[in-house]
Formats: sequence, C-alpha cells, structure tokens
Amino acid sequence: MNLQADDFELFGLRRRFAQDRAVLDARWKELQREAHPDKFAAQGAAAQRIALQWSVRINEAYQRLKDPLKRAAYLCESHGFAVNAHSNTAMPAAFLMQQMEWREALDEAHDVDTLEALDATVQTSRKLALQQCATLLDEKQDFAGAVDQVRILMFMDKFSQDLHQRLDQFA
Amino acid sequence: MALLQISEPGQSPNPHQRRIAVGIDLGTTHSLVASVRNGVAECLPDAQGRVILPSAVRYLDAQRRQIGHEALANQLQDPANTIVSVKRLMGRGLKDVAQAAKLPYALVDTPTMVQVRTVAGDKSPVEVSAEILATLRYRAEDSFNDDIFGAVITVPAYFDDAQRQATKDAAQLAGLNVLRLINEPTAAAIAYGLDNAAEGVYAVYDLGGGTFDISILRLSAGVFEVLAAGGDSALGGDDYDRALADWLLQQGGLVADSMEDQARLLAQARQCKEALSSHDAVPVDVALASGRIVLTVSRSQFEAATAALTQRTMQAVKKALRDAGLANDEVKGAVMVGGSTRMPQVRQAVREYFGQEPLTNLNPDEVVALGAAIQANQLAGNNPEGDLLLLDVIPLSLGIETMGGLVERIVPRNQTIPTAMAQDFTTYKDGQTALALHVVQGERDLVADCRSLGRFELRGIPPMAAGVARIRVTFTVDADGLLNVAAREQVSGVEARIDVKPAYGLSEEQIAQMLRESFSTAQQDMQARALVEARVDADRLLLATRSALAVDGDLLAPEERAAIDAAMLATEQAMGSPQAAEVEAASKALAQATEAFAAARMNHGIAQALAGKNIETI
Repeated sequence: MNLQADDFELFGLRRRFAQDRAVLDARWKELQREAHPDKFAAQGAAAQRIALQWSVRINEAYQRLKDPLKRAAYLCESHGFAVNAHSNTAMPAAFLMQQMEWREALDEAHDVDTLEALDATVQTSRKLALQQCATLLDEKQDFAGAVDQVRILMFMDKFSQDLHQRLDQFA
Repeated sequence: MALLQISEPGQSPNPHQRRIAVGIDLGTTHSLVASVRNGVAECLPDAQGRVILPSAVRYLDAQRRQIGHEALANQLQDPANTIVSVKRLMGRGLKDVAQAAKLPYALVDTPTMVQVRTVAGDKSPVEVSAEILATLRYRAEDSFNDDIFGAVITVPAYFDDAQRQATKDAAQLAGLNVLRLINEPTAAAIAYGLDNAAEGVYAVYDLGGGTFDISILRLSAGVFEVLAAGGDSALGGDDYDRALADWLLQQGGLVADSMEDQARLLAQARQCKEALSSHDAVPVDVALASGRIVLTVSRSQFEAATAALTQRTMQAVKKALRDAGLANDEVKGAVMVGGSTRMPQVRQAVREYFGQEPLTNLNPDEVVALGAAIQANQLAGNNPEGDLLLLDVIPLSLGIETMGGLVERIVPRNQTIPTAMAQDFTTYKDGQTALALHVVQGERDLVADCRSLGRFELRGIPPMAAGVARIRVTFTVDADGLLNVAAREQVSGVEARIDVKPAYGLSEEQIAQMLRESFSTAQQDMQARALVEARVDADRLLLATRSALAVDGDLLAPEERAAIDAAMLATEQAMGSPQAAEVEAASKALAQATEAFAAARMNHGIAQALAGKNIETI
C-alpha cells in the first residue's frame, strides 16, 4: 500500500458505486487507528510527518467515498470521463424545465410547510437520480451517461442548499 | 559475582519505563493538572491539597508575582495588577474584546495581540497564561519528583486558529512539550465515555467561565468521533456575573467607574450567582463609591436577567445538531461540563431540549483535565494496548479572500482533522507577478465579518495573461487543529508557504524574546537549558527508534539496519557531549537515517489493517 493508491484500493473496496456505509465507516476507523498522528506523538518528527500525510490521505478518501455524489464523480473521472462542473453546464432539456419549476416554487414559497413539501419532492428526485447513477456505473458501465446524472445531482444539491437556507430563516 | 547497578540519586532505576505525561485544563477562571497514576486518572493537588488553581496572576513588581489563590486573595486591593480571565484575551486584538472597558485591569492596544498594562510592564496574554501553565508544571514535577515528558493541553472546541496558536505558544513559554492540543468537550467525553462504557451519540454541553462549547460525538469501541462542534468562545459564567452586576447597578441606580468598584461588584455578583444554585433568594450588600446596593436577589430575577445568555447556548446546540444531521431524540445523553452548568436554569434548558435528565455524575470542574490526562498517557506511549482514537473536527470554516472582499471557503467547518484541501485561483490582471493571499476563518460570506488569520504573498509568478496562471492554494490542518498554508503556481512551480502566525499572534522573535526574559530562564543558564533539551530530544528519538526496531526490524534489509544502528550509536555517543549543537546534529542525522524506515512501517501498518479483510480490489 502507498500514498498513491486510489480511494477504493486504500479502503480495500471494490471499485464500484454501490457501497455499504457501515463497512466504509469501520474501514475508515481501522485505517486511522494505524495512521493517526496520535499514534506517533511520542516518536520523532519524521514519523509524525508521515503519519500526517497518511491520515490526511485517509480522511480525503473517506470524504469522497462516503458522499454518493463525490463517489460517482470520482468513478467517472477515474474512467476518463471528466465532470468539468465549472466549464460544462449542459443539461438535458427535461431536467432544465424541472429545475426552473423548482426555482419558481422556491421563490413563491412563504411558509415552512410549502418549503418542506418542496424539499421532499427534491429528495425523491435525488434518490431516483442516485439509483440511475448506480445502474449506469455498476451495471451498464455507461460513464458518459453517469456524468450527466452527476451534473444533475450537483444542480439538485445546490438547489437543496438554497432551500435549506430559506428553511433556516424560518427556524 | 556480577556487580549490581545502582541509579543516580533522584532517578528511578529505569526512568523511561514510564513517561510522566499530564493533561492540563487551562481554564478561564481556574486551571487543573491531572495525570494517570496506577492506571487511574487523577487531578494533582498543590502542597495545601487543593487541585484547583485559580487562573489569576498578580504582578507585584518587575520580578515578583503571585499566582492562583494568593493572587485572587489580593485582587480587591490591587485589581489593576491582578489578571483574571486572561483566556478571553488569547489571540485577540483590543477591538475583539467585548466590554473591555468593564475589565478591572487596563488593556493596551497593539498592532497584534492585546496586552495588559501592569506594574511589571505590558504583558501579553500568552505570558500571563504561561505563568499559570508553569505553576502547574512545577506542581506535577514536584508530585512525581521527575521531569514531565509531555502535556496535553485542552482548548475550547470553538477556539479559532489564533487562539489555539496562542495557547501552544504559552505552553512552549512554560517549558512544556505539547503532545497535543485537544478540545475540552472531547476530553470530557473521553473521561465520561471510558468511565461509563458509553456507546452511541452523546452531546457534551460545556459552559465554562468564559467559553461555551457544544460537541456532538459518536462513541464506539474506543473511538471518539466528533460529528459536529459549535459554540461561542466569548460566552461563559463571567457573562452571567456581568449581566447580574449590570442588573444590580440598574436596581440601585448606581454606576461603577473605578477598577476597584468593578472588581468588588463582579466578585459580589459571582458569589450571589453561585449561592443561587442552591438557594431561592440571596441577600446582596455591596458598597461602591457612588453608593451602596442592599437588596435580595431571587433566583427568578437572576434567571430573567441572564435568559438571553442561556438562549444563546441553546441556539448553538440546535445548530450543532443540524450540522451533525441528527434530531434531538437521537442523542443518547447530554453530558454537562464546566462549573457554570451548576446553574439550575442551564440544566433546565438542556433537560427541556433533549427531553431527558442531563448527565451530571462527573465533577464538572475536573472532567476535562482527567480526559486530557488519559489522552496524554496514551500519546506518551505508556499504554501501548490502549485503543483510544480521537477523530476531532475543525470548528470554523477556513478560506481566503477573493476579489470584492468575498470569502472563498477552502476547508468547511466540521471537517475531520487532520485534513488538507486545495483550490485553484488565478490572476486578475495581465502580467500580474504576485498574489496577495489573505487567510480568514469564519462562516460569513464577507471577509469583513470573518476573523483575519494572516496575510502572505506569492511572488515571482512569470508574467502571463490574466486568468492563465493556476495558483493552487493548499490548507493543511494538523491534529492540533492548527493551520498551515501553501501556495504554488502550477505552470512555473513558484512556491510560497507560511505557518499561519495569526495577525493577533506572536512572531517567532517575540516568543524567543519572552523565553529569554522569562522566569524559567532567569534562574537557569540558557546554554544549560539548550543542552538538556537537546539530550531529552535525542533520548526520545533513540527510544522511539529502539521500540520501532523491536516491532518492525524485520522490514529492513541488513545494510539499512546497519545504517540505522550506526546513527543510533553516534547519537548515544554525542549525548555525552557538552555542546547542544553536537547532540542536535546527531539527532538530526538519526532522524534522517530512519525516515525511510518510518515510511515503510506505515505502509506495512496500513497493509496490516486491511489484511484478513475481504479485499475486493479489481
């Protein structure tokens, strides 16, 4: 094992989208038990520096693996399909329509109940998009198709954030 | 017959079998030191049997000072030279100190950290804190009649980078080897969790003298995973005192202008507050220059006067739970920490919110120091079988300033540490050859609303068209929660790196200066001290190398082993030298010789962690 190993290899997991969160969490803690700088606090500076590098690397991989969206993007990119979220904002027309409807609904929502209903709708769509991601990545190996889903999911997450900010204002 | 060995006086036969490691709770109102003895963590008492050291330092003149109980006993006679609650000033500029005018001593504005004007000159909060830490260090050394290997110092979880760095600087000034800074609620969770074999999600509500923390942790099989941390680093029992003092003045229609009046009024308010935890009404009688206040304060009056403060803590609790993605009924227990949680209204607020009785079975004053001692014992390597693992988070987001005074977040809050995160930026103008980077901490979108941690420049970028350069800025937060920033232009490879010495911190030179002038070096020759430190460091490294070789020596090829053995032998010989530089050079050579070994050990350890698992790589 070395610092250049990819996230899945580092965690000893199959390189696929579907993952068991409990296994992931347990693996994270096992790895940190080995590598955390606390284990090397009484040793020299060299050991501590290496521990810091490893511990940082393990946390980085964990952050990516535990978040389904980041995990999907990572899989696409490792197969040569860049997500390019900043430069490429092309979206399927149907999703753009839905996105606009949601935006309008958000602008017009003025109470907690309406906002929470909208939140539930978005969460349902998100779940569906994630399922589609799983099928495209794990069954069809259609990475170009998965990239589209990842972009859609990024839009949804941004929208959810805005929605939660509005909800916070009511709290 | 073989001759028996006898050790030098004052040294145990095998002095390094067990290393003395202590946990220190450096609190706003009082501080404690604890250590694990015979497997049990306990607070160490002073010669009079008291474990609590009031966090008070009184300067009598340029040389003499009183620390703790003695300082406090004379506070009313000499408030201007008796520094209390100095923790509130750590890593802060004058404008950050709320209600500076109501402090019973005078603050001095400086371009960096605020200072206190005393009869012994202007004192940095770092120096004042170092006096308290050194007192605890001497106490521990006297208890064990031995040197201290290292210390874990606790800080409020909500302390920002400047406040953490100031605390670490103070420990260095007090001659302590800091094994780790850990968060107070996490320390409390260790003590509570290990004592009660707790498993599941717990909230630690820590209301101290000057700071408030809320941490949400998941405890499982020795792992203390912080899910979210929140709080207010300027909210604590002191504020309840002040609110009550203001109420008393208002009732009496009086003012308190002088430092003596303020000190007397605050002391009276504090006594009254403490008495109200066990009484429904308490009489108050305080004489000020402007008149006398005589009245009876009922608990409900006190609660009304301070309701806004309790409310503020509960808002932070709600936010932390939201950050953790949990509802209040998913929390198995709320652990109460800090002397201020003795106030009935605070317990009531927590009881109502979580719908259960708060956990108050630990001494709220001692629990943080005890947890720190347990962690110190493990970090010192005294407990190789220990399976304690702390996975803490950074409490506040870190970012840099971009065009228009906006903050671009690089490390979001509640990220598990240690962590490193990077982001690419570019130039604004054609031919731009330098970049000013302003590092900030906080949750707001405008730079002006966040805390400025430091500024640095990346120079020598080759002239390019605007927007072509790719400047990667990397933030690394270490296990102490301290930030290091590096910037690198990707095309040319130009690099800049800073340890974020915060805008409100002390420079290396200032610390060196203080060390030269400090109490600890006044009696001791600088060179002698340097030699002792070099030998201790060399010894530490030799020990670590020996134990590493004992465990993983088989990872080395014979010639690699020979090189390390040679470096060890050279270090052992150099330790007899009277020159600190020689000892340091040998240590450095040994560290270099073992670098590849350390890397190999880590790779091996990681592989071991996965061995026997169902490795499913394709």
